[in-house]
Amino acid sequence: MSQAPLSLRLRLVLQLLGIAAVLAILLYFTVRTIAEQAAEATHDGVLGAATLAIAERLQGGDSGVGIDLPYEAFSILGSISADRVFYRIEAAGKTLTGYADLPLPPRTGASVAPVFYTAPYRDTQVRIAAVKRTVLVARVAVPVLVVVAQTQLGQDAIAQRVARRAALVGLGSFILAAVLSLLTTGSVLRPINRLAEAVGRRGPQDLRAVDHPTPAELRPLVSALNGFIARLRGALSRTETFIAEAAHHIRTPLATVRARAEIALRQAGSEDSRETLRAVIRAVEESSRSAGQLLDHATVVYRSDRLADEHVDLSALIARLVMAIEPIAELRDLTIMVAGVENKIVVRGDPPLIESAVRNLLDNAIKYSAQETQIDIGVEKKGKTARIELCDRGRGLAGQRQSRLTGRFQRGENSGDVVGSGLGLTIVEEVAAAHAGRFELTEREGGGTCARLFLPLV
Amino acid sequence: MRTIVLAIGLITCLLSPAAAFVVEEETLFPATGVETQILSVLSTTDTAILRPVILGFQARNSSVSVRYTVASSQEVYAAIHDEGIGYDLVISSAMDLQMKLANDGFAARYRSALTDSIPNWAHWQDRLFAFAQENVVLIVSRAGLNGLPVPQTRRDLIEMLRGHPEVFRGRIGTYDPKASGAGYLFATQDARQSESFWRLAEVMGGLSPRLYTSSNDMISDLKQGRLVLAYNVLGSYAGPRLADDPDAKVVELEDYTLTLLRTGLVPVNAAAPNLGGAFLDFMIGTQGRRLLRDDAGLPPTDEMALASGPYLRPMRLDPGLLVFLDRIKRKAFLDEWSSAFSQN
Repeated sequence: MSQAPLSLRLRLVLQLLGIAAVLAILLYFTVRTIAEQAAEATHDGVLGAATLAIAERLQGGDSGVGIDLPYEAFSILGSISADRVFYRIEAAGKTLTGYADLPLPPRTGASVAPVFYTAPYRDTQVRIAAVKRTVLVARVAVPVLVVVAQTQLGQDAIAQRVARRAALVGLGSFILAAVLSLLTTGSVLRPINRLAEAVGRRGPQDLRAVDHPTPAELRPLVSALNGFIARLRGALSRTETFIAEAAHHIRTPLATVRARAEIALRQAGSEDSRETLRAVIRAVEESSRSAGQLLDHATVVYRSDRLADEHVDLSALIARLVMAIEPIAELRDLTIMVAGVENKIVVRGDPPLIESAVRNLLDNAIKYSAQETQIDIGVEKKGKTARIELCDRGRGLAGQRQSRLTGRFQRGENSGDVVGSGLGLTIVEEVAAAHAGRFELTEREGGGTCARLFLPLV
Repeated sequence: MRTIVLAIGLITCLLSPAAAFVVEEETLFPATGVETQILSVLSTTDTAILRPVILGFQARNSSVSVRYTVASSQEVYAAIHDEGIGYDLVISSAMDLQMKLANDGFAARYRSALTDSIPNWAHWQDRLFAFAQENVVLIVSRAGLNGLPVPQTRRDLIEMLRGHPEVFRGRIGTYDPKASGAGYLFATQDARQSESFWRLAEVMGGLSPRLYTSSNDMISDLKQGRLVLAYNVLGSYAGPRLADDPDAKVVELEDYTLTLLRTGLVPVNAAAPNLGGAFLDFMIGTQGRRLLRDDAGLPPTDEMALASGPYLRPMRLDPGLLVFLDRIKRKAFLDEWSSAFSQN
């Protein structure tokens, strides 16, 4: 299994934090380097000045090189930091005074301006400045080298202080960058979230092209999405057409078979053949009904994503359906009592689907009712919903759960000899769900079943 | 006697064959309890002066015996710098030599809560610590002045010496900078401070001055009437000894008065550096300061005291002190001093 790819937010945040960390570290080293260079330059400046001060007091003469160490030169070295000081004055390769083992400059090219170098001396590292002067001793030019060294405690202390501050600066800038990167990530991802929200907020039947303002980077995604939506719309419409055609192609020959069978029934001589023909008619009827139900079911499934959104008058619909089904009921000596159809009760929805749901309920009631019983159907307003209630004196639910009965191709255990597809209640439930309504089946007091379909009012 | 004086006077220390430096006095202060440790102190400060502080230290540390060795500042320097003898603490009033020891790496680092609390001017790195500040003063005998006013500045002093040579001839005392480390330090610092020093040297040189190697000798001679005045005397010695002498006057010259810092350091090769440090801490601490001031007569380091004397010029503990220790510089200075001092 491949791992889920990192979220964009996490990826952005991690990368920005990585960049911030690198920059913070760079900043730390930059600040340190610059500050250390500045500290070294300062110390070098003072060290060089002290060395020059000694060099400037060098004097020629007849007896030798005159040296007068200026007190302040050394005192100033001490004022910048409490560091140890060493010096050496050398003329013509001979140490005149000072620390004879103090390292000389690596190249003998010490010039009028001080030359600086770092060297180990005794138990520590020292920073050394060297200056060269030429002095006339008995009219002979003698090169004199003045070397002054200072330990680097003061400089190291500055370096440590600077390092601590640089670390704080680096840490501070990292934290700042981290906060900013979180904000940036949020703002960069906002258009994506907005687009996702806009698409998610759409109703189930909304298959229009996405027309949300998006940044240029998201346009390929949006156009791909729109292309997909267009293909989906085409596929749905082809499916719908196919189902309609299929239903038509099944029903039309069935109607022809039925008409022929009825004619044959009327002309049939023997009771045997009449009985056979009646069975044929019943079977054809059942097939036609099943085909109708399959069509309805497919319609609910394929069309519930894009239901028609019309006003449906439940009273008129029920009255019409009852009138159409009454002849069948009469065949079984069933009475259908209708209540509550005097006033318009209007819901919003897809007329063929709602009609299909109510017809299936009626069909079921008629199929499962005992002969010479009554079926009650009524519609009324219940709060913000319209309730269609249909009660019969049939076999009841026999303790079975509604969810089982409304399953696709599921039939009750007590359905026995009654012919059926197992799709009727499925369709009712799906229609209820597609209209944000509700469907319930309950045992009727005194035997039978009550079915209630709730649909939201306009 | 709780202390046993092992040797008094000039004896050669026989601690080790290499120890060829000259010891003036060595005293052992036995531990008050069971001895487990010995603290060896090498010092320029007289045993009598520091005894109360040592006893105070031992009262707190009953298991420590203290071997207290007194030598001149040059000998103290030589013992550490040239001979590397492992004392645990080196106390000296010769700031320049102490500075040289610390600068050249003979002083160990020592840090404690107490050393951290002392002001910046009173220590150098974590190696050299001042515990007493002593003014370098002029002492005069009123009787010897014979009615002349007590000088308050060097200018007064120079004019007085010039105006009344008969009063002062042969009766002026000062340090011999060639023989005394302290004298050399005072003279060089004087020379740094003011050109008037050279004029003073010339004037004093013309009056057959007597040269000394210790403040105590100058004080004694003044008390006995051999001197009318002595220039550059340690005030910490002069003050207590002349306090009850109505004739003597201790003068802090108002043009400037040098202030010496008496310092201690723990040598890198100390046998018991922690003991040396502990004794330093004791002297810097509250009880030690009180003992120094009240019983030893050494003014402990005190920023307020310095601030209250605007004419006080504390010598700075910095590498400048090394300058006059330079061989050539020292020779040049002493040559100049000699020519100024012995012109006639």
